[in-house]
Amino acid sequence: MHFTKPSPPSDDKRWRIVEATMRRHGYDPNALIETLHSVQQTFGYLETEALQYVAKALRVPLSKVYGVATFYHFFTLKPQGEHTCVVCMGTACYIKGAPHVVAAISEKYQIQPGETTADGKLSLLTARCIGACGLAPAVVFDGEVAGKVTPEEALQRIGRWTDQ
Amino acid sequence: MTPEELRRLAESHEEARPEPRHRIKICVAAGCLSAGSDRVREALQNEIAQRGLESECEVKGVGCLGLCTAGPLMLVEPDGVMYQGVTEQDAPAIVESLGKKPVEQLVCPSDMSFFTKQYKIVLENSGVIDPEKIEDYIARDGYTALARVLEEMTPQEVIDEITRSGLRGRGGAGYPTGLKWSTVAKAGGSRKFVICNADEGDPGAFMDRSVLESDPHRVLEGMAIAAYAVGASQGFLYVRAEYPLAVKRLRTAIRQAERLGLLGNNICGTTFSFHVDIRLGAGAFVCGEETALIASIEGKRGQPRPRPPYPAEYGLWGYPTLINNVETFANVAPIIRNGGDWFASIGTEKSKGTKVFALAGRVRNTGLIEVPMGITLREIIFDIGGGIPDGHRFKAVQTGGPSGGCIPEQYLDMPVDYESLAKVGSIMGSGGMIVMDETSCMVDVAKFFMDFCVSESCGKCVPCRVGTAQMYHLLNKITSGEATMEDLALLEELCDMVKYTSLCGLGQTAPNPVLSTLQYFREEYIAHIVDKQCPAGVCQMRQ
Repeated sequence: MHFTKPSPPSDDKRWRIVEATMRRHGYDPNALIETLHSVQQTFGYLETEALQYVAKALRVPLSKVYGVATFYHFFTLKPQGEHTCVVCMGTACYIKGAPHVVAAISEKYQIQPGETTADGKLSLLTARCIGACGLAPAVVFDGEVAGKVTPEEALQRIGRWTDQ
Repeated sequence: MTPEELRRLAESHEEARPEPRHRIKICVAAGCLSAGSDRVREALQNEIAQRGLESECEVKGVGCLGLCTAGPLMLVEPDGVMYQGVTEQDAPAIVESLGKKPVEQLVCPSDMSFFTKQYKIVLENSGVIDPEKIEDYIARDGYTALARVLEEMTPQEVIDEITRSGLRGRGGAGYPTGLKWSTVAKAGGSRKFVICNADEGDPGAFMDRSVLESDPHRVLEGMAIAAYAVGASQGFLYVRAEYPLAVKRLRTAIRQAERLGLLGNNICGTTFSFHVDIRLGAGAFVCGEETALIASIEGKRGQPRPRPPYPAEYGLWGYPTLINNVETFANVAPIIRNGGDWFASIGTEKSKGTKVFALAGRVRNTGLIEVPMGITLREIIFDIGGGIPDGHRFKAVQTGGPSGGCIPEQYLDMPVDYESLAKVGSIMGSGGMIVMDETSCMVDVAKFFMDFCVSESCGKCVPCRVGTAQMYHLLNKITSGEATMEDLALLEELCDMVKYTSLCGLGQTAPNPVLSTLQYFREEYIAHIVDKQCPAGVCQMRQ
């Protein structure tokens, strides 16, 4: 059956990165997860338009694309805040006080894990385990792992972002 | 490339770079990196450049040195001094001290039991070689096992050697590796696959991460040998996206091995070809289960399917597929190099070789350790781990993550092997070991794991999807002081139901943390229910 490749939703140059991923896998429906990784890495999250475009390009039903995108914790359908704070909730971090870190941030900024502050400055996330158990409790501030973090330290580091 | 050529390459690598008078090996695995080891490395390099000592001193990034809690760690050669907790400010003093008296306040005593009680096979190159240089790996006899296998051994001989070694799957279940390989080898069909399961989802485990970050070629070599033995020509490494450094180093390693003809078409000039691709996981614990992992590589939701048929007969895209864990593959090259009998001489009668554990929690020395099977829990926690800090008392050790259980004090002298751990209601698991003292509430810990299972259940089968949620609800009632003894009875009933009726390993083992804490710490449950009190002072009672 003849298949015409759909064109990206916008002329944003970043789509080229996503296209390259799909092309590398020969537009194979099996490459769905790889493609979603590429979209999220490029755009920061999976917006509805992106899901629709990927579905068409890989010839996978949109329902299935949505199913996959929501099944895996690593994928997010919401844009992240300017800064992200990921508190590790692995076993070692949990018994060494990670819940206190989350509680302190939640209370100060009035957001639950998975939410972003109203001004879009800060996203608070939790991770299942980042594998830095020797440094428990570990927190990832904008991609940089910090070990043995106390609630005060966490608030201090976030304060540096939000005060500016 | 023949073994002879490999040897020549290793030698020319050594000759090309004259041995510097001093070499500083600094850990650049994830643990030490997050403690700032890259900044220390830079500071040392600057210091050496400023003093014009480039020809005499070399700073080398190496894999994990093990004692993560004391990071950043470094090893100064040939003095043999280990430093811990190094900062940028220490750089001048360290460079100044080279060849002289070591910087006293930074020294990490290398004669402590943490180092001397270990037995390294999987981690033998960890902390020694630069994980981003294939030449370093080759200089440590890397890829000689692969070259030998291709030149001198038939696939059946390789399988026999692995069978003789008694190696069992290090992913947790402990299935005999030789048996698995021979099943895939016997399966018919034109195409076969080899998959490395590097989706380390257990909270509290970081062995696979460390092996991939410290010695990626070791895993690739093991996969290639396995592919030759079972007759596969395509392999996949399924790695967690949460481990970006491991992914980056693996990509580098694959490229380097392909360039030298150690992966790809016609490996070592033979007719054997083997390609490896990386597939990123996307954060789903259930993908550690082999049929779910296969679904994920196929681009689908990671949901398991009933077995049989097992992946050995019907795996990726329906073809026979061999799936082993990172640590299992990492054991393959040394077994081929030293012989199956050598490996079988280490460990216990039924659990051969060594096991890598991620020791963490309330213990003085946290980090990565490799010990012979059969070592006791007491030796691990008190000798290697240095005991419980801050004057607290040991309470329990959790092994095997959400599929495992909590082991109390009375079993501290039990040998660590697959059977003994199962006997006390836990499992080896992939090797996470979390030590707890009296500040941890065991009911709260059970709730923690149940919360994990609820959120990680793929939702395909009812017992797991609904059962774990109900169990979590009951545990929550207990920890908030609102439960009755009937609730406890219901919880116990649900444990059995979920355990025996779930589709895959996730559901079947999800009740284990509850069962083991109920077995050994029942009085804590009773205290929550009857006295409305949390003995450890962790749970907040609503009444």
